[in-house]
Amino acid sequence: MIGDDVRAASAQDPLARELLQSVVDVARAIFGAQASSVFLLDEDAGELVFQAVSGRGERELVGRRFPRGRGVAGWVAASGEPMILDDLSDGTPFDREIAECTAYVPASLMAVPLIHRERAIGVLEVLDPVPQVRSSLNELDLLMLFARQAATALRVLVGSNERGEPRRLATAAPGEIQLGPAGLATALHLVESLHELLETSLST
Amino acid sequence: MTESGAGLTWRLLNRHPDDIVVAADGEPVPPAWAWGGASGQGVRVCVVDSGVEPGHPRVGPVDGSWAAVSDGTRITVQETEPGDAYGHGTACAGIIRRVAPDCALYSVRVLGEHGSGNGDMLLAGLRWAVRQNFDVVNLSLSTTRLRFLADLHAITDEAYFRRTLIVASAHNSPIESYPWRFASVISVGSHQEDDPDLYLYNPRPPVEFFAPGRNVEVAWLGGRTIRSTGNSFATPFVAGVCARILSKHRRMTAFQLKNALYLSAANVRVGTGGPS
Repeated sequence: MIGDDVRAASAQDPLARELLQSVVDVARAIFGAQASSVFLLDEDAGELVFQAVSGRGERELVGRRFPRGRGVAGWVAASGEPMILDDLSDGTPFDREIAECTAYVPASLMAVPLIHRERAIGVLEVLDPVPQVRSSLNELDLLMLFARQAATALRVLVGSNERGEPRRLATAAPGEIQLGPAGLATALHLVESLHELLETSLST
Repeated sequence: MTESGAGLTWRLLNRHPDDIVVAADGEPVPPAWAWGGASGQGVRVCVVDSGVEPGHPRVGPVDGSWAAVSDGTRITVQETEPGDAYGHGTACAGIIRRVAPDCALYSVRVLGEHGSGNGDMLLAGLRWAVRQNFDVVNLSLSTTRLRFLADLHAITDEAYFRRTLIVASAHNSPIESYPWRFASVISVGSHQEDDPDLYLYNPRPPVEFFAPGRNVEVAWLGGRTIRSTGNSFATPFVAGVCARILSKHRRMTAFQLKNALYLSAANVRVGTGGPS
């Protein structure tokens, strides 16, 4: 699975980590959020892994795992549907792991799937976006747009062959997209190029 | 994933009921006739989703719980202990209960077993529900995978002729998914009005109806409530209205019920013929 490949790449390569960090940093900046996270699916373990975090929980959460069969991120990964939770003020344990790790329970969140070949490979969450973007389906569309861009960048990161079987970058064949400074620069550009567009959209 | 066609409307954004007034022919069907005084009593509603939490005060009694289970080669639907790993099915059930307080609620879990969830499970659970002759099936889920299209089409047509109403949620993003796209189901998206009992007909389908889907208070895990936004929560509202209509008009067919919904929608003005 491409999610496994991305996780492997980000564990080994500082540029890969930079790409994922860029995804969450930009998402957080766009929505004025307290935090943003990328979870990737570990299919074999049946778990979701905090792969990158920006803002609250940044130090504690990366690498943490929890079962994919629960929580908002689990739902989004399983259903492929984005979701907005507008008001968690009664302390609902929507994702207990986050609360336990950081003592931080957001009041609202937006979560969208990262899709590759019609499958969710992970989830992008934005916690406590600024009030004017809460409860707005327009902004959910924007986050989905951004997630699509991020998933594209992740595909560039790991490469794939024509049969649709993701392979680790270390084994990529000549002529295929390969992990390297140029490829990563392209991937980073893909992620960051949307920033201006989204900021423009939000301000109109 | 297939991107949306140009101009299609997945939900009602930046427009209001007065912006989408629809002139219709036929005899008026006022809500008072359609479902006034009805509570859903005697109508069996099945929530095909992530399960339903037992004992939730917003949900009340659940009369049966099943789950789609895979043994690696085939999927069967088996009776199971009630429960919900995610909260989504519980949220849907709570909305149905609010709208149709006396209906009989049932649950078929197709997501959540070990975190799995795919089109095969959805198809198996939906097919099973249709063949149990539930009156209404709430499906706040869809699949983007084209390989399920033919089977889903067949089972939704089967439901239509069996008088099982499938009320299906449009995807929360403007992308193609199924089975809400089919004419044999009642498809639902969100409007952004504050009236919790307002529903509208969409003059530009494939989404046929809009119901409350923004900042909706929904039942959630642990007997609690949260506020959430999405087409998922507009759909059970319409499922509940269908249950109320059926409890009052037990012999209605699927096409009669959709017509009653259409003519009762708040933005539909029924005239007496003439040029459109």
